[in-house]
Amino acid sequence: MIEGISIYEILTLTSILFFIGVYGFITRKNLISILISVELILNASVVNFVVINKYLYPDVLQGVYFSLFIIAVAAAETALAISIIINLYRQISSVEVKDIETMKY
Amino acid sequence: MNIDSFLLMRHEILLLAIVLLLIVAEIFINQNKKGSIVHLAIFLFGIHTIVGFFAIDESSLFGGMFRTNGLIHFFKNILNIGVLVLLLQSADWLQEKIVQHNRGTEFFILMFSSLLGMYFMISSGDFLMFYLGLELSTLPVAALAAFETTKRISSESGIKLILSAALASGVSLFGISLLYATTGSIYFNDIIEVITSTNLSILGLVLFFAGLAFKISLVPFHFWTADVYEGAPISIASYLSVISKGAAVFILMILLFTVLKPLMHIWENMVYIIAIATMFIGNLFALRQQNMKRFLAFSSIAQAGFILLGIIEGNQLGVTTVVYFVLIYVFSNLAAFGVVQAISLQTGKENMNDYEGLYRTNPKLSLVMMLALFSLAGIPPVAGFFGKFFLFTAAASKGYYLLVFLAVVNVTISLYYYLLVIRAMFLRQSDHAIPFFKNKLYMRLGLIITVLGILILGLYSPLYDYIFELSSNFN
Repeated sequence: MIEGISIYEILTLTSILFFIGVYGFITRKNLISILISVELILNASVVNFVVINKYLYPDVLQGVYFSLFIIAVAAAETALAISIIINLYRQISSVEVKDIETMKY
Repeated sequence: MNIDSFLLMRHEILLLAIVLLLIVAEIFINQNKKGSIVHLAIFLFGIHTIVGFFAIDESSLFGGMFRTNGLIHFFKNILNIGVLVLLLQSADWLQEKIVQHNRGTEFFILMFSSLLGMYFMISSGDFLMFYLGLELSTLPVAALAAFETTKRISSESGIKLILSAALASGVSLFGISLLYATTGSIYFNDIIEVITSTNLSILGLVLFFAGLAFKISLVPFHFWTADVYEGAPISIASYLSVISKGAAVFILMILLFTVLKPLMHIWENMVYIIAIATMFIGNLFALRQQNMKRFLAFSSIAQAGFILLGIIEGNQLGVTTVVYFVLIYVFSNLAAFGVVQAISLQTGKENMNDYEGLYRTNPKLSLVMMLALFSLAGIPPVAGFFGKFFLFTAAASKGYYLLVFLAVVNVTISLYYYLLVIRAMFLRQSDHAIPFFKNKLYMRLGLIITVLGILILGLYSPLYDYIFELSSNFN
């Protein structure tokens, strides 16, 4: 609980964070930036879980331990995505989206 | 906690044991005998499949995080059979292309981990277990899609799959956090009691649904499907379209019918619109495909649209028809992918034109393909007809006559493009038809099982009654 800040401000922040992530995922032209956008989305939900737990249901810690699991899984996801990107970079020397469109429609 | 309660997780424990055993075997098997790992893995998984058929009690573990009952047990067996057939069909590909680079074990470990994730996902009792299962089932598949590391399109399909899946799970998680905000719990049993239809919970439902719709490739979220299927190795495309989709459909259905039942008046409309869009777009895009893998990808999108007709019913009938349809769909789609894989392995050809005159050179293979496509299209003597028929009955019993009408229109469209392939195989003649070849034992076994499944499931009706009985707690 933070003094003087209600749950509304924090939930507004996480919602904005979420939609920045979705916007970035759609508009970015670089695979690494797309990955960063996905991380933003995941972190928005992590903050959401912690805040909701702390402000609304403080007696059971379900949200907090959920957020711990999300962080761990997000790390695994990023590692896998990065490794695939590196493998792709070895073949085409590029991480731009426009270079990975040999398959279309 | 005693040994009896652990036996409720028999599927999971056995599969985990197989994964560990394969790691040990990788160390101890002699370098020039690496091919035997394929036989070992298929043998172990065959035993696992058989053991899975023994009955299991209805119960829950870990304070309700893990639960199991007759229907879940039955569905795990469907997944097992599907993966076994898939392994049989891809054994030759593994022997020729993968094992010589010393990567056979990785393939099995990744595939079995993904299956383990699906087990946990479909028997999850709270959103945490569900999320972990979802991720465990998705991440290894992305690694498998990028498995042919020397091929550019394989890496492309891998990156497309992992980024789409990460976005989907992120959106889904945000939805879950909103559901948690309205109900104060992540346990399904607690949520059922308190959930009401407020604006926040509806937003949570929509985001959560969007995340799972990515996995099933329903229409606004289907863009990754065709690309990933085309680039990935064929056995992985087949895995994605059969096993992964089947498990996701099952858990989505369970959650909509139990946890999110109080919001049914909302998700009914959502499912209605998405079903129409999915059927039309899947079918219309399938019309213009030349590559067989892309063709089957769009056909599997359209099939997902048909499955939604069963989900919209929302009761016991809906569960029965969906599970029955998925069972038939597993066999039909595996047969189609199996034939594509056999031909691709022998000749490297994957286009529809290459299939011209196939009946004259390889009559048995083209008969298998014909049965599979008839079953996917829903032509009476084979199983697919009954699957579709029951789905339509389920939707009609709720009074969605317009939806059923549109679905029938779509069946007609789909019949056209399935018959295109059949015409190429049977009626067209070609100077460079694929020459005759003989399949190895494993591939033949895999195709025979699927053909038997297609034929027997259509004629053996007690199975439908059995599933109906299993799903009696959905009322």
